[in-house]
Amino acid sequence: MSQTGPLTDDGLVQLLTPTGERTPHPELDARVAHLDADALRAMYRDMVLVRRFDTEATSLQRQGELALFAQSLGQEAAQIGSAHAMTARDHVFPSYREHGVAHARGVDMADVLRLFRGVDHGGWDPVAHGFHLYTLVIGSHTLHATGYAMGLQRDGLVGTGDAERDSAVVVYFGDGATAQGDVNEALVFAAVNNAPVVFFCQNNQWAISEPTTKQARVPLADRGPGFGVPSVRVDGNDVLATYAVTQWALERARSGGGPTFVEAFTYRMGAHTTSDDPTRYRSSAEEEYWRRRDPIDRLRLHLEQVGELPAEFVAQVADDADRLGERIRTEVRAMGRPSPASMFDHVYATPHSVVDAERAWFERYEASFDAGSTSEGSHR
Amino acid sequence: MSTSTQTRPTDPAGGGTSGTQRLTFAKAINLGLRRALESDPKVLLMGEDIGRLGGVFRVTDGLQKDFGEDRVVDTPLAESGIVGTAIGLALRGYRPVCEIQFDGFIFPAYDQITTQLSKMHYRSKGRLTLPVVIRVPYGGGIGAVEHHSESPEVLFAHTAGLRVVSPSSPVEAYRMIQQAVASPDPVLFFEPKGRYWEKGDVDLDAAPDGPLLDKARIVRPGTDVTLVAHGPTVQTALKAAETAAAEGTSIEVVDLRALSPLDTATVAESVRRTGRCVVVHEAPVLYGTGAEVAARITEECFYHLQSPVLRVGGFHAPYPVAKIEHDYLPGLDRVLDAVERALAF
Repeated sequence: MSQTGPLTDDGLVQLLTPTGERTPHPELDARVAHLDADALRAMYRDMVLVRRFDTEATSLQRQGELALFAQSLGQEAAQIGSAHAMTARDHVFPSYREHGVAHARGVDMADVLRLFRGVDHGGWDPVAHGFHLYTLVIGSHTLHATGYAMGLQRDGLVGTGDAERDSAVVVYFGDGATAQGDVNEALVFAAVNNAPVVFFCQNNQWAISEPTTKQARVPLADRGPGFGVPSVRVDGNDVLATYAVTQWALERARSGGGPTFVEAFTYRMGAHTTSDDPTRYRSSAEEEYWRRRDPIDRLRLHLEQVGELPAEFVAQVADDADRLGERIRTEVRAMGRPSPASMFDHVYATPHSVVDAERAWFERYEASFDAGSTSEGSHR
Repeated sequence: MSTSTQTRPTDPAGGGTSGTQRLTFAKAINLGLRRALESDPKVLLMGEDIGRLGGVFRVTDGLQKDFGEDRVVDTPLAESGIVGTAIGLALRGYRPVCEIQFDGFIFPAYDQITTQLSKMHYRSKGRLTLPVVIRVPYGGGIGAVEHHSESPEVLFAHTAGLRVVSPSSPVEAYRMIQQAVASPDPVLFFEPKGRYWEKGDVDLDAAPDGPLLDKARIVRPGTDVTLVAHGPTVQTALKAAETAAAEGTSIEVVDLRALSPLDTATVAESVRRTGRCVVVHEAPVLYGTGAEVAARITEECFYHLQSPVLRVGGFHAPYPVAKIEHDYLPGLDRVLDAVERALAF
């Protein structure tokens, strides 16, 4: 058996089996009853597009167009299912692999690559999309999410009973992050404040080369109850189940029920980032086990079984994916280098004499090359 | 969530909140925070023991009673959590003022402050602002146990995106805390805890003379030596100036107020007149404020200097036990000794 732990589907909330059969669930069936074939096809389309995005970005990195890339390959169901359960009023705090969620929140997929291209520390307007910037320091943003949720409470946007007002926060993090102090502090703050935040842990089995067993001796979902935070362990490769569980947790949060911890049991099918080599730390048998649980295949099989996946739709999605890939390739390559002096922009919201002096010096220095003379003066 | 009262509560200690009053440093900050809470409903205080207890130094005394538990928030015992959730609240439009109980306890929050708080405005290209204040009672001389007497201010001054300030008197504290809360940038507000009980006259209604978070000020004019200090050492410098005056030496005292931005211009202007400069601070000398000021003054005023810029500060040793802390801290004698050395060149 693999060192990632018992590879069974036991104890996971599941609505679709790995072969696409719909399994009944007494509590959650009602939460997906309204999802018609169009809604499921929309999820399928999003997952295919995100996978194409992953492929394209990985190629761009290999071609030297991106400094680094972190694939979401294999985690499409966890991301698309949970993201489809949100409303525009909800606010998301991602880590750095949530490309599927970004896409579902209306972020231009090309903009997601601005960070990895090295032309921006962000890339999109976090307010406009209700989707915060990626956070690279593991787990830091779970506290930001909790604070934001406490702000929603103070703004009177929780538990009003008005579905048009009530709002919540979803924060995404990985299995490795659960070892971080900040994640544990966030659970403490969220619990004692009854904050409307959903802790969405994508347990993708690996924190770079370290298996989850190096982070925890118990299932990650067991952590929540110790903080007074109800937990659910969901099959993260089942888009219907991640949708239903997130919708349940969000409804709890919005109505004033407090935080929930969701462990989406999934698998990072690619490398941690383009910098590492997973063949050094995991077996092909393990990868094969998870390949048979591919989240996109699972929904495809289901839609085929119920006769709701017309060939022309599949062809259209494939075509859309190719066009997305082409567009991203073109746009990434066209991303210009920022002006060097822009490094001084937005360090502070108000003037700061040291930054101003250094900018002035730098601009004189740059200009001196144009003028053919050397610069003078210090750079303060 | 309850809403705060909009009426101005009376000061439980008596005297109201207007007119000129003789206040301790701690009380001056308390009234400054009270003003900030009154003037903007988005301001909230958060920290350990700041509510019912009023903070271990009573700086927030009475504020929870008057503004409620949602605006003066007793938090879990978790510094990273305090600052991290303050970031989230600021992203939602609030203006949190965090209290870190003691200087040595800021380190669990160091990551949030330096990797998150300082950079959010920058990496969002100005789309997000984080008007967060972090109040840190700092410095020594109060006979405390370890981790309760440190001066970590330059660690934060070294990080772009943060403003780092330290008031040196009750009136400065009263005004600077209000400007810190009003600042759209994150401010590390270092309170010299050894001065909390010192008193000064504070005109609670007078408008401050301009923005205080950017500019150094000349506290005492002089002609022979410029003595540069901030926070707790400003009073030490003033005493040194008084003592030296009796011996015929005229010392000009400059209070930096802010370490970021560092107002080199005000110091340089003074040094051009006096020709000599001594920098004094409690933090260790190695890589400290004195090093920065000395380097800048040397670049700026080289031909005006009669002597090298000298530094007086803590040693490159962990803050010592209380029984010998006054041998570590730059006291009157060490400051005057440096002034003498500067004059001897």
